[in-house]
Amino acid sequence: MSVDTESFRAGFFEECDDLLEALQDGLSLLLARQETEDTIHAVFRAVHSIKGGAGAFRLDALVDFAHRFETLLDRLRSATAPPELATLALCQRAGDHLADLVAAARTDGDSPAPEVSAQLQALLDASIVAAPAHPQPGEAPGGATFMPLVLDLDLAVAPATPSADAFSPPHGQGTPAIAAPAPPVPHDDTTHPPPAAAELPPHRVRLVPRTGFYEAGHDPGILIAALAELGPIDTRLDAAALPPLDRAEPEASHLAWDIRADPAIPEPALREVFEFVEGLCTLEIVIAQPGPPDATADPRHRAPQGSGMAASPQGLHPGQRRPAEPSSGREYPTAQTEAAPQEVSAAPPPRTASAADRSSAPETEGHIHSPPDAPASEPAPAFFDRRRLAREGGTQSIRVDLDRVDRLINLVGELVIKEAMLSQSIARAGLPRESDVVAGLEGLKQLAGEIQEGVMAIRAQPLKPLFQRMSRILREAGEATGKQVRLVMQGEQTEVDKTVIERLVDPLTHMLRNAVDHGLETPAARRAAGKPEEGSVILSAAHRSGRVLIEVCDDGGGIDRMTVLARARARGLVPEHAELTPAEIDALLFLPGFSSREEVSALSGRGVGLDVVRREIQALGGRVTIASEPGCGTSFSISLPLTLAVLEGMVVDLAGQTLVIPIGAVQETLQPSGLRLHPLGGGAQVLHNRGGILPVVDLGATFGFRPALSSPEGRVLVVLETDANRRCALLVDGIHDQRQVVIKSLEDNFARIEGIAAATILGDGRIALIVDPDALLTAAPPGFDAVA
Amino acid sequence: MTETRNTHILSGAGHPHAPPTEAADEVVAFSVSGQDFCIDIMAVREIRGWTETTILPHAQSYVKGVINLRGAVVPVVDLSDRLGLGTVSPGARHVIIITQIGQRIVGLLADVVTDILALDPASVQPVPEIAAETARAFISGVASVEGRMLRRIDLTRILPQAEARAA
Repeated sequence: MSVDTESFRAGFFEECDDLLEALQDGLSLLLARQETEDTIHAVFRAVHSIKGGAGAFRLDALVDFAHRFETLLDRLRSATAPPELATLALCQRAGDHLADLVAAARTDGDSPAPEVSAQLQALLDASIVAAPAHPQPGEAPGGATFMPLVLDLDLAVAPATPSADAFSPPHGQGTPAIAAPAPPVPHDDTTHPPPAAAELPPHRVRLVPRTGFYEAGHDPGILIAALAELGPIDTRLDAAALPPLDRAEPEASHLAWDIRADPAIPEPALREVFEFVEGLCTLEIVIAQPGPPDATADPRHRAPQGSGMAASPQGLHPGQRRPAEPSSGREYPTAQTEAAPQEVSAAPPPRTASAADRSSAPETEGHIHSPPDAPASEPAPAFFDRRRLAREGGTQSIRVDLDRVDRLINLVGELVIKEAMLSQSIARAGLPRESDVVAGLEGLKQLAGEIQEGVMAIRAQPLKPLFQRMSRILREAGEATGKQVRLVMQGEQTEVDKTVIERLVDPLTHMLRNAVDHGLETPAARRAAGKPEEGSVILSAAHRSGRVLIEVCDDGGGIDRMTVLARARARGLVPEHAELTPAEIDALLFLPGFSSREEVSALSGRGVGLDVVRREIQALGGRVTIASEPGCGTSFSISLPLTLAVLEGMVVDLAGQTLVIPIGAVQETLQPSGLRLHPLGGGAQVLHNRGGILPVVDLGATFGFRPALSSPEGRVLVVLETDANRRCALLVDGIHDQRQVVIKSLEDNFARIEGIAAATILGDGRIALIVDPDALLTAAPPGFDAVA
Repeated sequence: MTETRNTHILSGAGHPHAPPTEAADEVVAFSVSGQDFCIDIMAVREIRGWTETTILPHAQSYVKGVINLRGAVVPVVDLSDRLGLGTVSPGARHVIIITQIGQRIVGLLADVVTDILALDPASVQPVPEIAAETARAFISGVASVEGRMLRRIDLTRILPQAEARAA
């Protein structure tokens, strides 16, 4: 049983991740005033579900807090006016704290910051009192719906205890954690009992099977019978679309059914009946609405504007696929306090809309915080049921142990190497190019490449959770500095290797804090500069030519280059009279120990500079660049490889060894004949090329493979460039090839080696070392090659 | 001789001269620059013929480079150099003993693998005080077996990192 409990627990926390994500999404939409009617309900349900699960596992602190939060949200959703910004800000803080509590519960840790908990609870209670209570006829109050859930789960977890009291009694009186308890909140259903079910109009379902419905072996009779098991129904056959018999196609579907179902049937149960036929039929479900009868009495009254509800014959013609109408849900008046968010939902779910949205999301216009799977125009899923999420988002997922995926990636790497080895031996055997073996090998090569790509894609994850974490960081940074900040996220569905995402947390956190602390001006200064007081920080991601580009842009004052330069000079980072271009001055920020703020702030100036950010990004095989426009803002760009497992490299010869140079760093290759190398004393040489002076690195000598060369004649120079305009020319013996190589760690069995990033295995089975261009370039000071 | 002996060992069969006993430690005995050494058999993963290594820049002289062991990058340590017996120019007759040292896989370059023996722990004696520092640093004990002096290698000190950790 303990195993079961564990797996239930694990499932609960996984669910919590999804729910917290939905919560953040919803709050962001509300804050951006881009909410739909369902947004506040979605937020409420997220908190409610967390509370429900937490209650089952006796996570009292979590339950307690979630309950207060939920009560406030409940008030908000029943209010007629949209919530005030201050209340939403409180909700966001509460959401953050809820995430902390979940994290603490997950690790069985202590409740984080109990004083924060108490403070927020008091604030929530105050807001609950302030928020007007409204009747909630359609749904039982949170406490009551919550109870059966506890009972359910308790059976599996701790059957001995009669549940329910893990959580305070319903109706909100239970505020034990508060020293000065807020006045008991009367729940309205005690005073205003919900209308009896009989007073409600029935649920209406219209089922119009398409041809595929029958082809898949479904039978409307079975569905109707299943519906009848849930409660009394009244079914009517609509044969209006039936053509005259002489023109009827025997295989086509011509019939439709109108069903009125008992309003007591819960919506999910009702929808579940039709779960397996979605997409095979046109399904219109109108959930029973209390309220003005004309709103619900006949849904078709409201829908002649082509919302997919039309009863016209062509609209119902079998086999004709109606476009999904994601907006139809909004045409219904929803000011009533009904909990069911999708009064009308045209089936099939708006797959096309969401798919199109997703594909455009990473590249194009940034709708703020708007998750592509639930864009603003589309009602969010009614219940946080994973199947439903999967269906509506068009994605299905499984959770797989990461080790298994990595093992697969290793094996595929081996496959690619074996394939290369085979290619080499076939080439050596001298078979004609058109022979079957060569053709077969080509096919194998392509397959291996595709498998490799596919396996790599398994590790890829959307950046969204990371970005959401950042939204919290930004909020807190804004609070700490007294600046108003708005985070704009773009392309958060961009997928990147999981490990890369994990290792981006620290650098991005730092950059965002930096953007708020150093980038944005104070509200007063912004006002003076004619900008809105609220600063904005754009966090965007996109795929660019096989890499991922992540940008952090603020609309602050830009880099104060005079101050930066003065500081760099004062610290001896730049020679006193060196003339630096603006870009070079900006790049000075990345130098170790550079902090341009006079007084170190508590937020970002902790002696950890942007140099650390750069080092972390470089360790991921990426680069950071900076661009700044005085008065307009600063932007940092991070360019990252899609994966840490393969690398596009140039294969070169050096003193009998084979090395790989990451292609991203290679700027050009040169034949040294005709070029002039200038000795600089001490064996150092420089190359005059394209108006710049590059240090020449004799790699053979640097690596100790051979003594320094007296002449570069007959060899090749590879010009490398990394960040901060550092360049150098590597002297190697020859260039072999350019190819994708599988990265193998040297550190697993040995150690890190200066100047070497990793190793790989070549087609002949031998190991080649991958050069680390940044390490080779650290010797060259910035701006060295800039003196033209 | 090495070839047959190697297959013998790899097949996992015990050596006729040394039937394993309960109390005894089984060791793999080999020679390096004319001296006899042994390591715990549990640390030995396999024994391979010499293959060309890829040279590592800035590495210690006793690190001969790295080889590809079924997709893993494995460093090869020249035991002779490491033990202060002079560097070896490895050829086809040398062998690489693949060992597991902690989490790492490391190849040890040896002249020849001679035996698998059951070593009575009681017969292993501490290294005499007079031995040179280098030798004492890597040898955890000596035992006399059939008239040969077997030096037992402390694998944890073979790699430079392990050395640093121990210090």
